[in-house]
Amino acid sequence: MSARASYALRDARGDAPVVIEVDELVTHYGERRILNGVSLSVREGEILVIMGGSGSGKSTLLRYLLALEQPTSGSVRILGVDVARAAPRQLYELRKRMGVAFQGGALFSSMSVGENIMLPLREHTDLDERTIQIMARLKLEVVDLAGFEHLMPAELSGGMIKRAALARAVVMDPKLLFCDEPSAGLDPVVAAALDDLILRLRAALGMTVVVVTHELDSAFKIADRIVVLDKGNILTIGSVAEVRASDNVRVQNLLNRKVEAEELDPDAYLRRLMGEGVGR
Amino acid sequence: MSAADRRTGPVRQIEQLGRLTVRGIEEVGYGAALLLESLFWVVVGRHRRQPVRLGAVVSEMMEIGIRALPIVSVLSATIGVMLAIQGIYTLKLFGAESRVTVGIALSITREFAPLITGILVAGRSGSALAARLGTMNINQEIDALRVMGINPVRFLVAPALLAMVVMVPALTFWSDFVGLLGAGIYVSLDLGMTLNAYSDRVIEVLKVDDLMHGLGKSVIFAALITLVAVVNGVSVTGGAEGLGRATTRAVVQAITAIVVTDMLFVFVVTR
Repeated sequence: MSARASYALRDARGDAPVVIEVDELVTHYGERRILNGVSLSVREGEILVIMGGSGSGKSTLLRYLLALEQPTSGSVRILGVDVARAAPRQLYELRKRMGVAFQGGALFSSMSVGENIMLPLREHTDLDERTIQIMARLKLEVVDLAGFEHLMPAELSGGMIKRAALARAVVMDPKLLFCDEPSAGLDPVVAAALDDLILRLRAALGMTVVVVTHELDSAFKIADRIVVLDKGNILTIGSVAEVRASDNVRVQNLLNRKVEAEELDPDAYLRRLMGEGVGR
Repeated sequence: MSAADRRTGPVRQIEQLGRLTVRGIEEVGYGAALLLESLFWVVVGRHRRQPVRLGAVVSEMMEIGIRALPIVSVLSATIGVMLAIQGIYTLKLFGAESRVTVGIALSITREFAPLITGILVAGRSGSALAARLGTMNINQEIDALRVMGINPVRFLVAPALLAMVVMVPALTFWSDFVGLLGAGIYVSLDLGMTLNAYSDRVIEVLKVDDLMHGLGKSVIFAALITLVAVVNGVSVTGGAEGLGRATTRAVVQAITAIVVTDMLFVFVVTR
């Protein structure tokens, strides 16, 4: 897709219906706050990238977007379903419309690649075995893994595992695709190929995509909009250009891969680690 | 200094004890919930178009039951012979060694076969189940199932529970047979009793109740092994080290639960 067409697509998203809506989401881990009143929305067909450093809360936010956690404060609505109030049956129906490619792939190690990809079809459809095999093979072709269906996950490289996970995530043609760190741990060439694959999948299947990553190059390449998280707060939301132009110091530090002075100060780090009273 | 640091030794120990107690109660409650949810899926899964797959149950049955046959046979035969040796030695003191068949038949069917089978399956299949679920948990495979709309209890726990509840009694029945045969061979060699006479005597002594006593216990052991393995497997944290800890814990807890439950069962049913 040309840059012009890509921007036209981004502009068009303004009128598209909202498919994910997070409102004032607060979460705790013990006494520690992980998300501090996060609010955001995702429109149909867009690629939203959630960025942030380690401990920023992006993985926790993803678990809420996947309806794996029930919000106790604030709300999460996915495809019109309020996750906190949904009946198990509603969540079951909702999940059939979502696909996820986890960071490590999360392929079932006891099943071959083909069986992994066919599993959602076998569980959720009444299709005959031959049709299921054809559909799985088509999805494997989309991710350039045709012919690898008989291999076990342990026999695949890191990049192939991620592509197989993507194939499994889209095998039911979901409305929403979530990718957790799709290019983490991969060499730049394979990482770039995966980014292209995500763009291609969105174009071919018309899905809404939410990507969690800390890889800047990847985020700038695929995002329609970027959310920058820091210590459980949203620092900024906007297009790639808007985020790049942000005057927020922490956003700029993240973009320039700088570490805050406090985090570099070994004394401050030790004080935080051991508690304020130690050493007085 | 934080409040936690200021706590004195005994207070900290009481706090630790309280925490362990709460955790224990939580785990028992979680195990009970898993049992109920598994039964729910077995009963209404097909109606909800989310059945417990027969293929998964058969595959678990192969692993838990068929592949355990050699080791169950070896141990059962050994214990049978051991009981025969000890029984003859003890009864010789009263000149009643020909009565050894009664002791062998009752102790193998009512006690040793279910106990040894339960302990063996806990060590072999319980640990494997805990390790498998722990690995799946670490690799986010259980999350992947949930996001795919596949209930992990229906997909992973119910087939294992069903297979265990069928195969542990089946293995116990096999263990009864092999244990009695092992003892019979020793008795026939030592006391000069023919195997036919020995088996007639065993059949005469044993009642259906004795067999059912052992098999009934083995059903409870099967459920305990599965639930203890699942509770420990899904609570794995801390990577490979945590996985090893959880697997060991699953085996120790399952064997403890089997022995304690056995004692309670015998106390209630036999007295």
